Amino acid sequence: MRIGDRDFGSRLILGTGGFPRLETLAAAVRESGTEMVTVALRRIDPGARGSLVDVLEDCGVAVLPNTAGCYTARDAVLTARLAREAFATDWVKLEVIGDERTLLPDAPELLVAAEELVADGFTVLPYTTDDPVLARRLEDAGCAAVMPLGSPIGSGHGINNPYNLRLIVEQASVPVILDAGVGTASDAALAMELGCDAVLCASAISRAQDPVAMARAIRLAVAAGLLARGAGRIARRTYAQASTPEEGTPEFVHPSDPARPLA
Amino acid sequence: MTIVLNGEPRALQDGTTVADLLRALEVGERGVAVAVDAEVVPRGAWESFVVGDGAHVEVVHAVQGG
Repeated sequence: MRIGDRDFGSRLILGTGGFPRLETLAAAVRESGTEMVTVALRRIDPGARGSLVDVLEDCGVAVLPNTAGCYTARDAVLTARLAREAFATDWVKLEVIGDERTLLPDAPELLVAAEELVADGFTVLPYTTDDPVLARRLEDAGCAAVMPLGSPIGSGHGINNPYNLRLIVEQASVPVILDAGVGTASDAALAMELGCDAVLCASAISRAQDPVAMARAIRLAVAAGLLARGAGRIARRTYAQASTPEEGTPEFVHPSDPARPLA
Repeated sequence: MTIVLNGEPRALQDGTTVADLLRALEVGERGVAVAVDAEVVPRGAWESFVVGDGAHVEVVHAVQGG
């Protein structure tokens, strides 16, 4: 899979939020097989335990900074520029949130921020609603991928609108990455079966009872979904279609049955 | 003079640069970025950028997220 100017062997991007310990994060990153993980920027905390950047460097993964917590294009653009300084990368997962309770994206602000960051040379991966028209506008603005949500961040509701996701995939000429909503492995498999190029997943792994096992499950699900899509699923039918031939079915005549003449 | 550092008031000597401030905070340079009055101060300017009286300074680093 190619995003911007970079090729990826793994189609799973891992969010680092929510892991209880850095050791668990590192183990999950390795088990997931991911090549890129998201990080956020926050005020320095002198009491912070261990260095996230060092741990991720040890894992050999690229860092994709996000603009989480930004509610305006202006703040998101500034945060992206800070991230470029902090991590020496011009890649950004662009988030502009419009509602505190649902954490749904603010479409107009998102588009403004995307245009500004593309013009400033960023490789922009926008977290967006599952609106096919907005996805097209983001692509037209020069985004390197579009990242529609399946359902709200951390909700674990999976893919609420597979129809919209399919429309987005159908029209997109940049990679489509399902971002947000994955609750378990089957959600990730479905995203790939619907035609997504990759899955971005944080809470489903980091907040699972066994994050490392879930990292493996979702890695396998992404691979399975991609394989199934390539294999071509059967058409849906209203009624059953026997998979065993009817021809050659034996006819059993019991002694109590009335005698029948031989044909 | 006084600045606002990450939302808290902080007394500084006149002429303090961003680099001086980071040294005083004992913050490593890796994975750190600085904004003064909502403008990014590029790494290459940290030694020369003097923080003015009343400046709003944000010093950020990577945390788990997303």
